[in-house]
Amino acid sequence: MSEGISQPDQPEAVAGEGKDLFSKFDDIIHTREALLASGVEDPFNLVMEKVLSPTRAVCNGRDTILLGTYNYMGMTFDPDVIEAGKQALADFGSGTTGSRVLNGTYQGHKACEEALKEFYAMDHAMVFSTGYQANLGIISTIAGKGDYIVLDIDSHASIWDGCAMGNAEVVPFKHNDIEAMEKRLRRIPEGAGKLVVLEGVYSMLGDIAPLKEMIAVAKKYGAMVLVDEAHSMGFIGPNGRGVAEEQGCLEDVDFVIGTFSKSVGTVGGFCVSNHPKFEIMRLVCRPYVFTASLPPSVVATAATSIRKLMHGGNKRAHLWENSKRLHGGLTGMGFTLGTTEPQSAIVAVIMPDLERGAAMWEALLHEGLYVNLARPPATPANMTLLRCSLCAEHSEEEVETILGMFERAGKAVGII
Amino acid sequence: MDRSEVDSTIRSLIEPFNKKGVELTDATSFAGDLEFDSLTVMDFVAAIEDKFDIIISMNQQAEIENYGQLVDAVCKLQGGA
Repeated sequence: MSEGISQPDQPEAVAGEGKDLFSKFDDIIHTREALLASGVEDPFNLVMEKVLSPTRAVCNGRDTILLGTYNYMGMTFDPDVIEAGKQALADFGSGTTGSRVLNGTYQGHKACEEALKEFYAMDHAMVFSTGYQANLGIISTIAGKGDYIVLDIDSHASIWDGCAMGNAEVVPFKHNDIEAMEKRLRRIPEGAGKLVVLEGVYSMLGDIAPLKEMIAVAKKYGAMVLVDEAHSMGFIGPNGRGVAEEQGCLEDVDFVIGTFSKSVGTVGGFCVSNHPKFEIMRLVCRPYVFTASLPPSVVATAATSIRKLMHGGNKRAHLWENSKRLHGGLTGMGFTLGTTEPQSAIVAVIMPDLERGAAMWEALLHEGLYVNLARPPATPANMTLLRCSLCAEHSEEEVETILGMFERAGKAVGII
Repeated sequence: MDRSEVDSTIRSLIEPFNKKGVELTDATSFAGDLEFDSLTVMDFVAAIEDKFDIIISMNQQAEIENYGQLVDAVCKLQGGA
């Protein structure tokens, strides 16, 4: 602005004034402003000032029980895991500053891939910098022009983005609907490559997929199968390999996608496979090639954690107890849950609408409990959910405390 | 099926999804006029796919904005199948 001149520097009031590339976000900006204007604490701007353990933190100044972290096996503060990370930080430095295919593959990345191969008893393992990139990379790379991807409509954003990034035809089917999936597979033109993408546990409602039946159908039509086991690793299945292992169909899965940011307790993603040509992925998968590899401390903590998860039978049993106790308690109080039976370590509490969902979320936070508020469009059927993810380190008493908090908050907000 | 038969078949399929009884012309848009959200689109597309035994992939759906384009696309897909 030039001083002393009555004319503005730029033309006034042009057509479409106030409109720019951000105008497309106006609806979500207004929804958010309206929610915050009601006085509710911002559900998407929580700060953890201190983390005391896998299940406790100081959030927005309050001592809080964590019930929304996906830290299923509580490995984040495991002494062996921490020690491995410290050692790698001292020995290999703070970062690799390079791609896996150039200067970014350290001994620790190979050790981490060895641990994954042993964990899943599979021939190949490829570590990505995040779970998101694992889905993005594998899906967009293996399904190309003229191929078909048949996927569940409730698939995670990373799966959809992998589809969007590739050039395959994308064909969704109704959630967990075996018949709808089969119809679509049957109609695919002869000779086209087919990839079926499924998840073991669907994170929004915490329900599992009928993988055995679905994979049998996929194989009948000659499709390759990719299963995202992000929310089941370390917990579901006799060896913690996931829902496919639990249902006895892991050997028919061509690609398992997983993450280090849940049960493993750090960050990173991976794909394991028995495909004889799998190693070529390292050269053709862009989200693997064109990004820096994980820091040495991260792969060291991941490898240590994965090896410990192989022997996590007792923790798995306790986590199931926690899930059943929370699910049963909440059902008894009259809350509506995402599943009628506990199927995973996620218990989703269905809220009547976003306003009461946000009020309930805040009431729980004031009680000293953190859960995830999930809202459309991330949720199926436009639901507002309070998503609880349990940890093997939650004690029986803590789960009882959590139930008491839900009861008081639910009554205060008028949901039960 | 010729275009008019495809048209009348789709008209009957769209009825349960056309809650406001919006009048259908070739220019009627799914997002704007019919206010279909993503879930409605999925169910509606599934109904058409089942009726005509075709696949309308999401890539193809992205090109279909109005009713007339849908009728044209279905005519083409059942011909080419």
